[in-house]
Amino acid sequence: MTKTADNVNPHVYEKGSEREITATERDEDVLDEIDEREVFDLIRNINDPEHPLTLEELHVVEEQNVFIDNKDNLVRVYFTPTIPHCSMATLIGLSIRVQLLRALPSRFKVTVEVSEGTHVSEHAVNKQLADKERVAAALENNNLVQIINQCVANS
Amino acid sequence: MAKLELLQTLTGHKGIVWNVSWHPLGKMFASCGEDKIIKLWSKEGEHWVMKTVLVDGHQRTIREVSWSPCGNFLASASFDGTTAIWDKKSGQFECNATLEGHENEVKSVAWSPSGQLLATCGRDKSVWVWEVAGDDEYVCEAVLNIHNQDVKKVAWHPSSDILASASYDNTVKMYKEDQLDNDWACIATLQSHESTVWSLVFDKTGKRLATCSDDKTIKIWQEYNADNQEGVIVANKDSIWKCVCTLSGYHTRCVYDITWCHTTGLIATACGDDIIRVFKEVDNSDPNAPSFDLICTKPNAHSQDVNCVQWNPSGNQELISCSDDGEIKVWKFTED
Repeated sequence: MTKTADNVNPHVYEKGSEREITATERDEDVLDEIDEREVFDLIRNINDPEHPLTLEELHVVEEQNVFIDNKDNLVRVYFTPTIPHCSMATLIGLSIRVQLLRALPSRFKVTVEVSEGTHVSEHAVNKQLADKERVAAALENNNLVQIINQCVANS
Repeated sequence: MAKLELLQTLTGHKGIVWNVSWHPLGKMFASCGEDKIIKLWSKEGEHWVMKTVLVDGHQRTIREVSWSPCGNFLASASFDGTTAIWDKKSGQFECNATLEGHENEVKSVAWSPSGQLLATCGRDKSVWVWEVAGDDEYVCEAVLNIHNQDVKKVAWHPSSDILASASYDNTVKMYKEDQLDNDWACIATLQSHESTVWSLVFDKTGKRLATCSDDKTIKIWQEYNADNQEGVIVANKDSIWKCVCTLSGYHTRCVYDITWCHTTGLIATACGDDIIRVFKEVDNSDPNAPSFDLICTKPNAHSQDVNCVQWNPSGNQELISCSDDGEIKVWKFTED
């Protein structure tokens, strides 16, 4: 089953630099809340399902599209499909959601949505990703879990 | 001051607990979830304890459990596409019938008030009506393909064979068997929610229905018969259902479940913001435009989403809830 990628020749961007760890962060006595950069680090190395590239290299995820509110325990990530009719949008969103569900403390309410105006089925994709019952059912589908695990393997 | 007091926290499930269901006498309840196990709980002295574990009934998450009105049967709906019927004719609970037919996840199961009918629904967008045909025999009476998306929940009218279903398509549908041709047909579509309707519950009279949604609102619907005195136009039908109240601005995330106490008339909700809320109809409020007050808010009722709330059917103001956090909690409601 060889299927041509939706976007055969995506624009590839440079990877960002690694996060510098400061002295305060090493200090065990300083309260160190999870910040946008840490959430971004959890998802930047997720592989695109169609290319041997990371979501960061394709600018599907960007640090500026990650929002965190430690007081109310909210994390919101907007992702940008490389083309507006990308059929992989739900799978990419699911990979981001799964990675954050696995890696973040369970107190966080995670929302993953398509960046406004960047996908033809934006509303349908967002509704599906927000439905935790569908996400739970999808995660019991072994084939799908294998694909997602391949995407998040290097994260 | 109204308050919800925590009586007990019950642990033992691994992963998400999706649903809890009271036995009709209110002295026992069942719970189920991601771990594919059903647990039966009852009281020993002052404390709730786990009495029985039902295993090997399902291959995937058990989404909902439901007791028959006689209390002798328990139905369980699973993401594995089947509905299992458990009873203890042999002395202990066993699965003696499995209802197959849904293409994939079954999300809800409910017994009719007579116990003669069973309804199931699921991701395949269909609602099935089953008839109890004899010992351990269930026959499919109807497959209703009326919704155009995932069907989340089914519930029966408290005294007649009218069925209601809630869907990802943002609507609620009602069905009834036509006495002339014995065909089940959709008799009403309730449209007003702006996102998935997750759950629904009738009041004790069956003249009102409460629904909860991903749009963060609760809606109260009322039935108007063709001969209604209020002047509501009912064209070519026995009755219509009208939204008479919307409770918005209270819930901050998706509302997953709603329960309406048939003794006290109190409504409680389970929300994705980890809060349990209790609403009460205002005394002397207009029956055609009722208002409800939020009389109790329990923040951090659970440490994650609250998935289900159920008032004890005995009317003793006990409430059970369960959550993504793997816990079940028993609460006592009091109002001075």
